[in-house]
Amino acid sequence: MEAASIPSGGRGLLSRSPLARLPDRALKYGLTALSALILVLIVYFFVRLVGESSPAFSHAGLFGFTFNKDWNVNAERFGALPLVVGTLITSALALLIGVPVAVAGAIYATELCPLRLRAPLTILVELLAAVPSVVYGLWGIFFLAPKLRGAEQWVADRISFIPFIGGGLVTIPNYFITGLVLAIMILPIVSAISREVMATVPSDHKEAALGLGATRWEMIRMAVLPYCRSGIVGGAMLGLGRAIGETIAVTILIGDAPQLGSHLFGQGYSLAAVIANEFGEAQGLHRSALFAAGLVLFVLTLLVNGLARFFVVRAARGRSTTPTAGVGDGGVLVADAVSGA
Amino acid sequence: MSAPSGSSDLLGRFAVSPARRRKDSLARGSILAATLIALVPLVLIIYYLLLKGLGSWSSSFFTTDPTGNTFFKSSSIGGIKSAILGTVEIVALASVIAVPIGIGVAVWLVEYGRDSWFAHTVRFFVDVLTGVPSIVFGLFIYIVLIVGTGSTYAGYKGAFALTLLMLPVVIRSAEVVLLLVPGALRESALALGAPRWRVIFSIVLPTALPGMVTGVLLAIARAAGETAPLLFTAGATLKTSFGLGSFMNSLPVQIYSDVTSPTASVEHRAWGAALTLVVMILILNLIARVVARRSRLA
Repeated sequence: MEAASIPSGGRGLLSRSPLARLPDRALKYGLTALSALILVLIVYFFVRLVGESSPAFSHAGLFGFTFNKDWNVNAERFGALPLVVGTLITSALALLIGVPVAVAGAIYATELCPLRLRAPLTILVELLAAVPSVVYGLWGIFFLAPKLRGAEQWVADRISFIPFIGGGLVTIPNYFITGLVLAIMILPIVSAISREVMATVPSDHKEAALGLGATRWEMIRMAVLPYCRSGIVGGAMLGLGRAIGETIAVTILIGDAPQLGSHLFGQGYSLAAVIANEFGEAQGLHRSALFAAGLVLFVLTLLVNGLARFFVVRAARGRSTTPTAGVGDGGVLVADAVSGA
Repeated sequence: MSAPSGSSDLLGRFAVSPARRRKDSLARGSILAATLIALVPLVLIIYYLLLKGLGSWSSSFFTTDPTGNTFFKSSSIGGIKSAILGTVEIVALASVIAVPIGIGVAVWLVEYGRDSWFAHTVRFFVDVLTGVPSIVFGLFIYIVLIVGTGSTYAGYKGAFALTLLMLPVVIRSAEVVLLLVPGALRESALALGAPRWRVIFSIVLPTALPGMVTGVLLAIARAAGETAPLLFTAGATLKTSFGLGSFMNSLPVQIYSDVTSPTASVEHRAWGAALTLVVMILILNLIARVVARRSRLA
């Protein structure tokens, strides 16, 4: 057989010349460099942001900047507490209103609704994600806020005995309306993640519950929800990250008053809104303080998203204990939902 | 054992008690109610967009530049020509930069990086990028391209900010699709003697193309609606500018400045511009869905 002679000279014959291997190497190292560039770029941006905001931090101290409650541009006093509080109040409201509705929608779509309605329902909820932030702001300030003002005032009067929440005069832009619009904005992502996690519940579990005589609701409560808990928490955290970082709708709806709001239906400010609103004419220390606000915002969303990722990844791995599930793990699930949003 | 005197008795023992049945229908009812509540804002937004937006649409609305804050009711508020052109140019430039880089990184992650520590680091940073608030991207670009160079706002700087916003979406969606390309396809090509780069360009990328188009279109749709990164990078202006080197108007920024304007008459322009923007984004989403349906993967 001729083949017997191949082992000696064959490999050399089959191997490519150095010149032919050049494009392969170029592509490999080129793409590696491209990926490295992304890392370098992010680190560089972060370092520059820290550098630009350092005057504000050294002016008031890291602690002082974050927790002083006086934001006064003319007096050059920059305490970010009203902004941080505004961001937290509105995002907490968004979660409080948005997550139950989103999870209920996901339960309905995966467990209760007729099969024929499932796809249209999903598409409709996802349409909400296609509406740009500025349009939510426009709709909120010209339609929703004026329409709801009477109802808000009624509620505020009825519950005026509760400090902060009740009492006071309702203004058109306020914390509550901001939180409500944010809740609408985070609906699609929380709903999408919840739906994906609910789809992973093994039908054995559900059938077992039904077979033991559970009603539909008991099956959902005992078989579906416990299995999905960590995924739903992750989805909610991802929504929280969105709500914290949301800028334009909040700027339009929160009222841009640089003080700690006196009550839920009064005006306030948020970290992102202060940047959008004041950056245009800011100079010197003021500008540095705005960069510092951006940095605080960045770190806050980083923490929240890190936590979200932890929960979603844990949910995606389900009950399996293997720590390295490879590239097809929860990160992709998140990316799916994010890009689908 | 007592004789099967009445099978109805036996069944009765297994029947769901009225209390449990009530609870069940109550829970199901509230879940349905919450689902319907979730759809209310969508209906209201679409209704008001159409109602107010169509009212301000006219042929001149798309062919004239916006005028400033009109204090006199008689003077025209103008149209949104410069804003449409700006959005199209800025988003086009952002896509031209973000798509090749994003797909390149995704190819590296799937074909070369795989499970190495460096690939995991890149994935982690891409995830970080996904969560960064869009206004912070504007700050990044402002620091580097405006403070750093001592110059002022320009269209291409806005495009760079949108590039940062699009990159993680493109990378992650492309990665998901590339992972779906069957390994057997790669192995067959390699076994036939094709070099790695030919496998990637002639086998992997064409197979994954429809899925990647979907991800790219969704990224573009998301970037087109962003206001915050453009505020301090592309600026706001009224005049039409064709060059990306000067101040550039865009639809979201135009809407934002109209909403925050002290004059009430420009509200109509905001609604008209908002409807235009939403229609553009919905068309991109629609195409993305159609392409996704055609895709053989996923």
